[in-house]
Amino acid sequence: MNDKKWIVLGLVIFLGLFTFPLWYNLLVRPGTAAPAPEVVLTDKAKAARQCVMPTEFMKTDHMQLLDEWRLKMVREGTGTFVNPEGKMFAASLSNTCLDCHSNKAEFCDRCHDYVSVAPYCWDCHLDNPKGER
Amino acid sequence: MADETPKPQELLDRIAYQPPAKHWMDVPVNIRKGMYCYASNPKSVEYLSMPNARPWNPLEDDWQLPENWQQILHEGFKERLEKFRSIKVFMDICVRCGACADKCHFFIGTGDPKNMPVLRAELLRSVYRNDFTALGKVLGRLNGARPMTLDVLKEWWYYLFQCTECRRCSLFCPYGIDTAEITIFGRELLNLLGLNIDWVATPVANCYRTGNHLGIQPHAFKDMLDFFVDDIEEITGLRCEQTFNEKGADILFITPSGDVFADPGTYTCMGYMMLFHYLKEKYGLKVTWSTYASEGGNFGFFTSHETMKRLNAKMYLEARRLGVKWILGGECGHMWRVINQYMDTMNGPADFLETPVNPITGTVYQNAASTKMVHISEFTADLIRHGKLELDPSRNDNKIITFHDSCNPARGMGMFEEPRYVIKSVANHFYEMPANTIREQTFCCGSGAGLNAGENMELRMAGGLPRANAVKYVHETFGVNMLACVCAIDRAALPASMEYWVPEVDVTGVTELVANALILPGEQERTMDLRSEPLPGMEEADE
Amino acid sequence: MNQFYLSSLLAVFVLALIAWLGALGLPWLFGIVLPYLAVLIFIVGVVRRIVGWSRSPVPFAIPTTAGQQKTMPWIQQAKIDNPSTTIGVVARMALEILTFRSLFRNTRMKMNGEEGRISYHLEVFLWLFALAFHYAFLTTLVRHLRFFLEPVPWCIQMLGTLDGFMKIEILYNPIQVGLPGVYLSGIVLLAAVIFLFLRRLFVANVRYISLASDYFPLFLIMGIAFTGILMRYFIKADVAAIKELTMGLVTFSPSVPAGISPLFYIHLFFVCVLLAYFPYSKLMHMGGIFLSPTRNMRTNTREARHVNPWNYPVKVHTYEAYEDEFREKMVEAGLPVEKMPAPAEAAATEEEEKE
Repeated sequence: MNDKKWIVLGLVIFLGLFTFPLWYNLLVRPGTAAPAPEVVLTDKAKAARQCVMPTEFMKTDHMQLLDEWRLKMVREGTGTFVNPEGKMFAASLSNTCLDCHSNKAEFCDRCHDYVSVAPYCWDCHLDNPKGER
Repeated sequence: MADETPKPQELLDRIAYQPPAKHWMDVPVNIRKGMYCYASNPKSVEYLSMPNARPWNPLEDDWQLPENWQQILHEGFKERLEKFRSIKVFMDICVRCGACADKCHFFIGTGDPKNMPVLRAELLRSVYRNDFTALGKVLGRLNGARPMTLDVLKEWWYYLFQCTECRRCSLFCPYGIDTAEITIFGRELLNLLGLNIDWVATPVANCYRTGNHLGIQPHAFKDMLDFFVDDIEEITGLRCEQTFNEKGADILFITPSGDVFADPGTYTCMGYMMLFHYLKEKYGLKVTWSTYASEGGNFGFFTSHETMKRLNAKMYLEARRLGVKWILGGECGHMWRVINQYMDTMNGPADFLETPVNPITGTVYQNAASTKMVHISEFTADLIRHGKLELDPSRNDNKIITFHDSCNPARGMGMFEEPRYVIKSVANHFYEMPANTIREQTFCCGSGAGLNAGENMELRMAGGLPRANAVKYVHETFGVNMLACVCAIDRAALPASMEYWVPEVDVTGVTELVANALILPGEQERTMDLRSEPLPGMEEADE
Repeated sequence: MNQFYLSSLLAVFVLALIAWLGALGLPWLFGIVLPYLAVLIFIVGVVRRIVGWSRSPVPFAIPTTAGQQKTMPWIQQAKIDNPSTTIGVVARMALEILTFRSLFRNTRMKMNGEEGRISYHLEVFLWLFALAFHYAFLTTLVRHLRFFLEPVPWCIQMLGTLDGFMKIEILYNPIQVGLPGVYLSGIVLLAAVIFLFLRRLFVANVRYISLASDYFPLFLIMGIAFTGILMRYFIKADVAAIKELTMGLVTFSPSVPAGISPLFYIHLFFVCVLLAYFPYSKLMHMGGIFLSPTRNMRTNTREARHVNPWNYPVKVHTYEAYEDEFREKMVEAGLPVEKMPAPAEAAATEEEEKE
């Protein structure tokens, strides 16, 4: 049958697309896995030992926390956050988060780039307001 | 019409589109009088050397099946899965979206859910899943699988002979699943067990022997056309003698034998004869009829692929014997599906014929370059377009016409404009039926694919409802009184359907309208149309 | 109550339970072994099914003609609905596959009142939701490539941005949705699949024809979309850890990082089941549509001969046999014959007539 070649061609295209990740990674990063990136903690962050919330929570829910902070600050004008341990923080990306994590490229961006998210925080916020290192 | 056939209102009242509460596999088949055709005559089955010829009766419990009938079916199924990709794919990919459900004229007219095309196919698919798929074997009924039993077989038979292979459902199917293909395949399986209907089996046997479904022998065939010569003489004063089996003619003409036999097809037949006479007198075109290939239709198509091929073979055999240039085909529905999509593959290549050229206009039928067969409407439209026919359309002025696209020329060929052009050229009053009921969306007459019997009148009237309903609409809106068509089964079936649903509308072939308008050289002043009814303005002259 | 959808629903719940237990006890099985196995079954299954179809020939050219045929030059051909050329067929197939053209024709029949007038109405919802469903599914699928490619190519990032174009953010204590940005495709997918399910449930005729194999994939996809949405917006998962797992799979250096929520394993297991189920189910319509002979063939069936590979000679009733049976009658009626009857016979006939 002369349509066999078309069917085979179609199958090859389909399988090529379906297995795209396999050969893409093989071409781009031959022989290496792509583990989750290590984030770099600044000395200040290391010294603080604990973030405003536990690390596990921060990994998955930091965007939600920031969203709530923004609402409080912008809409209600209340600029404080009290965590479950009773510790009080200024509810501020610039003044609290970036105070410790002043290394956006090595902290924020690494994971964001890895999972391909582009938060719009930086549309307004400077990434290192105090110019610290 | 049989007395037991319910009145139109009763039939309408019976339709309920609410399916039963029970699952369809639990609703046993009820073979009901008026809804089925009689079993095949064993003599007809035998004549074609087809298997398991025997007398049997669908109403009886015992169908006299061969002992290993399940094995025969299973093997037949398997063999056809390997031979037809269509069947294999159509068995696997239906998602049961239900788009086809209300597209079937039999479902619309009966409300029987097993007349939904999807369910008609599921009758076969359920057995396919049981016999040929792993998941079906494991999950059984949960996956829609069931073993082949006598009840299932009866259900197959009942519903596969409630499908006219019109392909309307296939138009709407997102995957193009064609119930006609499934019915053709299913009937082929049933024929392995000798389970045909007589209205198909006997015409097939006749056609095999005498060349036409009606079993008209050569001398009688000539006689019948001679009667028409006399009739035409009364109307026109001219004798339109035809030639038969003439070697060296330009064109071989083949049309369904139904047109030779019964009104109103006979008027279409007279129309062909007048047209050919005109072309001979004016342009010297020699058209011949054949008594051997005297059937355009092909009820083998409703039996099995092999039978279709055996009957169809005569067309090319005869064309070769007579040495004609090409073949002209008359007005017929399924005949044209066979010619357009099967004939060349089955019995070609027809390299002994020439690419059809209309010698009068010089038109080359490139679209028929290989099969070498042209439709009479393609031919007539071309003649009219080139001004080669002298016409008086006012002779059809008392006819307010609509056109019924026959299923097969519509969805198995795509011939929509040619007959319309012809009608509009030979008549002045033409109105279309609503858009969802014509052209590619046309409805079947309700009696196609061999179901045009007398004993299944209720089924036929139910199946004819959607078509009749649309005719009724144009009858009431525009005063339409004439339903034109290019199909011999239509001409046989629609008069009954019209009489039942829209009694004021008659049925005509397109070529009858052409012949009414055609001014033959040397004819007397016409006062009557081909039906010997007065022409418009001649009513008084007639009295 | 209907055994078909209840059993399917139950099956999906059992699958979720299995995956949840698996996440707790056997993460390597559910995170590594089963995904590999599912992909293998999918690929082998799909290839076998399609090759199986292709093994059966197409003996006859049976395209459904949905428009005016090619005929005389002054009649406009419907070049896509009745395609006589390969380009036409490609256009027809593209419209079928990309826009569901045949389904777009869908109408709904209505029997009106006492007088029994039948009318046909535009019915776009099946088409609309089917189209929405398939495109949302495709978008979701392609979007997920961000978990399988590193670095993530520009176009996949772009797709994510486009999909999240509608910045839907809701924040009222305690409801917070919108960060991370809402992907429309996921919402549309879930909505469409729910519509398709409700249609099956509430349209009597469709319910009548529906089987467990119709409900099961719907529930499964519903489950996939639901767990995905849950993980993204509500019970948030550690996506970096998840990507480490998925990247491990596609670079053949599998690992099971800590800190992945059981919800992810349910999501992944559903996908695995869908992949493994795919080749053995009606979902193969994805491949089947390409091979449907009523759509993928040229309609120039009288112009070019289609060859049937198993065409075999059949017994036909030849003209000679026909003339042998009817010769006398033909001669008598003045019809030409190939072989004149023997004089004796002819004489006999004449005599018979005289009697």
